[in-house]
Amino acid sequence: MAYSDKVIDHAENPRNVGTLDKDDPSVGTGLVGAPACGDVMRLQIRVSGEGVIEDAKFKTFGCGSAIASSSLATEWLKGRTLEEAGSIRNTDIVKELNLPPVKIHCSVLAEDAIKSAIEDFRKKQSSRSGA
Amino acid sequence: MALKFPIYMDYHATTPVDPRVLETMLPFFTENFGNAASRSHRYGWVAEEAVGYAREQVATFLGADRPEEIVFTSGASESDNLALKGVAEFYRDKGNHIITTKIEHKAILDTCKRLEKEGFEVTYLDVGKEGLVSVDDVRAAITDKTILVSVMLANNEVGTIQPIAEIGALCKERGVIFHSDAVQGLGKTEFDVKAMGVDLASVTAHKIYGPKGVGALYVRRSKPRVRLTAQIDGGGHERGMRSGPLNVPGIVGFGKACEILTKEWRAEAEKLRGLRDRLKHKLFAELDELFINGAWGDRRLPNNLNVSFAYVEGEGLMMAIKDVGVSSGSACTSASLEPSYVLRALGVDEELAHTSIRFGLGRFTTEEEVDYVARLVIDKVKKLRDLSPLYEMAKEGVNLKDIAWTAH
Repeated sequence: MAYSDKVIDHAENPRNVGTLDKDDPSVGTGLVGAPACGDVMRLQIRVSGEGVIEDAKFKTFGCGSAIASSSLATEWLKGRTLEEAGSIRNTDIVKELNLPPVKIHCSVLAEDAIKSAIEDFRKKQSSRSGA
Repeated sequence: MALKFPIYMDYHATTPVDPRVLETMLPFFTENFGNAASRSHRYGWVAEEAVGYAREQVATFLGADRPEEIVFTSGASESDNLALKGVAEFYRDKGNHIITTKIEHKAILDTCKRLEKEGFEVTYLDVGKEGLVSVDDVRAAITDKTILVSVMLANNEVGTIQPIAEIGALCKERGVIFHSDAVQGLGKTEFDVKAMGVDLASVTAHKIYGPKGVGALYVRRSKPRVRLTAQIDGGGHERGMRSGPLNVPGIVGFGKACEILTKEWRAEAEKLRGLRDRLKHKLFAELDELFINGAWGDRRLPNNLNVSFAYVEGEGLMMAIKDVGVSSGSACTSASLEPSYVLRALGVDEELAHTSIRFGLGRFTTEEEVDYVARLVIDKVKKLRDLSPLYEMAKEGVNLKDIAWTAH
């Protein structure tokens, strides 16, 4: 199967690779997928007091399309509010990266990772305000 | 010598045609284009003579008693189908039990599945983590209903070499027909139908530097004489076992490819072993957490290296080394999204199956290529491990098996 130029670009030069401190209250972490399924994404966001994503980092175990989907997601997340971030759909990623049908699950996983990171951040915030 | 890209290291999938083979084939596309079945003129005679010569070359390489024991086909999938279905149909009154292994090629496994639907019973033997069939397991599986045992010479993914001579002797003793899909082992490890007691053997040209679209089924003619029901009806070519005008240029090339290997295979196998071991040593010297899939040593093809690069997904790695042609047991490389059934049969964890890469070296692989590929793979695996959340977690001491992963 041939990859699109955008997938190759992201896979060869992934943006925002790295790790944020998962114990930092301003950081939300999403870890989705399973090693047995061949892809795992960890996506992390750092959120400002105003609810804007200041930084996003990822690490992904998976094929080129999975790496590209998560790399693109981190690019899109930076500077967005949580609400805007939560409205990113996997179909947006499919379109941007020209993913073939067999790779659509990579984009679904990226959307799940975004949602899961936002949820983790919100959970942290509510447990802090509750305490 | 300067490297040329891309670099091919997928010789288990197919091989380029050797220039010596191509040269032998060329006249049979143009001036000597006759139908080998045309008995009434010179065009036919020339073609028939060329096929006869190729039949001898193939028979000699396989250790067959007589050239008539070679039935030309379109390739090994057809040979496997003819062997299994042909024997099943012909010997149906004698019994309905077939024994094979879990790591056979799909041409065997899917044919067996079809035969099961038609009332045959098939035993699929385990191979253990070494990927080797136990002769005792074959012995224990044989019943008075068993008509056929089919075990491959060598596996196409992990390169493990099965105890063909021992199984051949056992089948002879028990009066059961023995078929072997010899596609992957041919020309890389010892194979002799006579010495090993093989009654039927599938082979193909395109894995031994011949053209695609031509293969053969060896069918023993004496002690025992093996009978088959033809699966393709028509003009009665190949003594009624396989109708259809012969692919004369292909067969001529197949014969030449066999002749070359008859002379050169031992030296070539030793050269390949040296290059393959060089590749393995270089990878293992610089990378940790590598796992060889399947037995290592004498029971493995000299050109095969199947290794799992833990924490790096196979297709991701293949993309990172896209100037190198290799293959992976990762799910992502197949339309089915299932990881390799061969690795599963060996008991390889799914996590590790997804990280496996198969390197297949061959006649035209050079030391420079091996060194280049080793360096490239090492660099890319390190880079992808830096990108892998699993590697980071493992290094932090997290047991990945303790995490409640969300399968999707």
